[in-house]
Formats: sequence, structure tokens, C-alpha cells
Amino acid sequence: MSYTFTVSPDFSPDHLSGWYIFNTWLQRQSGEAIHLELYDNFQAQRDAIQANKIDLIYANPFDAAMLVREKGFLPLVRAWNISDEAIIAVSADSPVNDVAELLPGINVAVTEDPDVHTIGMIMLEAGDLDASNINTRFYNSQVLIAKSLLQGEADVGIFLAKAFDDLSNLTKKQLKILVRSQISVIHHSLMIGPALAGRRDEIQALLLAMNNDDKGKSVLNSLGFDAWIKVEDEEMEFMIDLMDTLII
Amino acid sequence: MLSDMKLEDIVGEYKETVLDLYGNGSRKIFYTDIETPYPDGKLIVSTTDKAGIITHVNQSFIEMSGYTENELIGMPHSILRHPDMPSAAFKDLWDTVNRGEKWQGFVKNLCKDGGYYWVKATVIPNIRHGKVVGYTSVRRKPSRTKINECIQLYPTLF
Ligand SMILES: Cc1cc2nc3c(=O)[nH]c(=O)nc-3n(C[C@H](O)[C@H](O)[C@H](O)COP(=O)(O)O)c2cc1C
Repeated sequence: MSYTFTVSPDFSPDHLSGWYIFNTWLQRQSGEAIHLELYDNFQAQRDAIQANKIDLIYANPFDAAMLVREKGFLPLVRAWNISDEAIIAVSADSPVNDVAELLPGINVAVTEDPDVHTIGMIMLEAGDLDASNINTRFYNSQVLIAKSLLQGEADVGIFLAKAFDDLSNLTKKQLKILVRSQISVIHHSLMIGPALAGRRDEIQALLLAMNNDDKGKSVLNSLGFDAWIKVEDEEMEFMIDLMDTLII
Repeated sequence: MLSDMKLEDIVGEYKETVLDLYGNGSRKIFYTDIETPYPDGKLIVSTTDKAGIITHVNQSFIEMSGYTENELIGMPHSILRHPDMPSAAFKDLWDTVNRGEKWQGFVKNLCKDGGYYWVKATVIPNIRHGKVVGYTSVRRKPSRTKINECIQLYPTLF
């Protein structure tokens, strides 16, 4: 029997090969045949989850509720010291210095990444902005959001904070951060589905020990991670409840 | 039970009143006109048991309220109750979550030092294995417009 592993489509293109390397490592260590299936967008991935095609997932926090509460997934681990934070930025020569100064009718550039979008909208709400009084423009990457600001196509961008920090210095100099979230309890996590649930403890132990040897460490580095840390069931439930309060 | 606020904790000119707390007796409080603005980019989070006793607070909660974690855990959530808040708001909060639904509203909270801060709060029931085990409130930064609306509206609800 072969299992299917998938990764939240918002992964950085720099880590594409890393996920293949990780999948190979996981197959060797677990002795299971695991196929890595990547989806172009969240909807295609959600359709696959609904059709019970997915057994392991590095999931966006936004999808955690559906995975746990509808599909019986359980948390394994998350990356150490990495949380999902958003940045609201404008072009450096924009006269705006505070979210409160933004006006209805503006163009807001976002990616499809649902949790960053949600966190970003919460921060815009402090300026009386919501989906009904802005124009939301979707872009395929964080770099394209930056471009849209520099070219005046968009007035405001919602970035994944980590991706913003990784923009070139030249680009960052031309942008101005209005607000950066500091939530620290919203993260992507690796989750296991019902078909593999019997091996949860073993797989979790393998992942937690991964940074103890050079091979495992180099695989983690190819994902941009230092180590995995355990996610308790209650920690996951807490994050799901928290996300739930943010979507209204 | 909540003990009375202590004058030595209060910063600035204050007024004094006694709050009648539902099921938690009465509490003498001191309050000032000093507002702490909501911190940008942060969420203020707390969890209570089914009776509204605080079981968890995050760092932003501690910083904004001015209490230590030890002073908060085990206390009724009305430790933050401000006299300018109409009790109808909290009745609506409890009626809503007791129906198993989400409650959202703007709340003026009282700090340990007598000052206050406005939040937009969302409260949801925590459901584990099909049972409500407690409630979580997540607060975000309210817009000035909304705060001003509440400043007009709330005094009419007493
Ligand atoms: C999860 C949760 C969070 C709450 N947060 C607050 C709060 O921040 N400030 C507040 O005054 N009341 C809060 N309440 C409501 C209090 O429990 C209480 O109803 C309110 O302070 C009024 O006091 P009383 O009900 O004793 O009259 C919260 C309740 C719940 C369930």
C-alpha cells in the first residue's frame, strides 16, 4: 500500500526540492511507500483531502480545523521557532504611516495563502477596512506583491513576514512596514491521517529525533528548519479555536 | 472571589465605585481616564473554564492588564470589568456562548493600575470530544471609529 503526502501550496519555491528530499528520508526511515503529491492551489488540495486521498500533510493552520474535525487528522510536529506572521506594507513613498490612515476603495495585494490573508485582514480591520470596502488582488508570489506596490498597481500588500524579510534589500528599501503581527501561536504543522494513524507515535519519534544526526539535520536544513517539535492534541485544538475566532 | 482594588496600585487621578459582580459578590474598584492604546499586530488571548474562571492568558494579556499570570489564573474574568461597560453586553456574551455560538463585541477593560483599554473581542466555546470544556476569547485592535461609536452607545444601555 502506498500513502500520499502533500504540502500546503504556500511553501517557498526555494524549498521545493527540500520537500522531495524530506519525503525520501521519511520513506526510508518509516519503511512505508509514500508518494509526494503537490497541488498548485489550496482548492485542488482541499478537494484531494475531501476525497480521502491524503495521508500526511504539512498543513496551513487555516485548514487544520477541517483536517482534525472533519477528516480525523492528528498533529505530529511543527518546525521549531517558526510561526506564521503577516506584515502590512506600502510603498516607501506612500504618505500613509498607519493602518488607520488607509481609505476604503484601496487595492490590497495578497497571495492565496489563507492564514496570512486572515491575519492581514485582522490588522486592516483596525483601519475600518474589510473585504467589502477594499479591492483584493491575488498574486502568485510574495515577490509579485512587492512589485505590485512598487508599480502602484496595489496600495497595500499583505505579506508572509518571513517572505518579506527574505526580499532583497533593494526591494525592502522601497517598501514601508505599517504593522507586523506578533501572534506566535499560529503555525503550519505536519499532520497524519487515519490510514497511517497506527504508526503515529513511531513516525513522531522519528521526526523528533531528526536533528540528532547529520543526515537528518541536512534534510531539515533543505526545508529551512532547525528541528521539529511535538504538537500536542490540545495545542492543535487551541490553535484551531484561535483561528476560528479570526475568521469572523 | 475578587478582592478590592488597592489604592497603592493606582496611577493618576481616580474615581471610586463598587461593582456588583454576578455570583462573585461585590468589588471596590478605582478607575482613571488613562487609556493604553491597543498594541499593534498583537492578539490578547485568554481561556476560562465553564464558569468564567481564567485558566490561561497569553503574554499580551498580562502586559495589557498589568496583572501577573499568578494574579490572573483562578480569578473570575470580571477582574477586568470596567464600570463603563453595560451589564447587558456581558449578559449577551454569556447567553450567546451558552447557546454554543460565537460572540463578538467591543469591550472596555479595566487595568490593575485603574487605566483602561478597548478591544474587539471574539469569544467561542472550546468543544472537546463533543462537550464544552471552557471558553476562549481572542481580542484584536478595534478601530477608533468603532470605539467612538461605543463611547456614544454604551452609556445609553444602563
Ligand atoms: C472567555 C471569556 C472572556 C471574557 N473576557 C472578559 C473581559 O476581557 N473583560 C470583561 O469585563 N469581561 C470578560 N468576560 C465576561 C466576564 O465573565 C463577566 O461576565 C463580566 O466581566 C461581567 O461581570 P459579571 O458577569 O460578574 O457581572 C469574559 C468571559 C469569557 C467567557
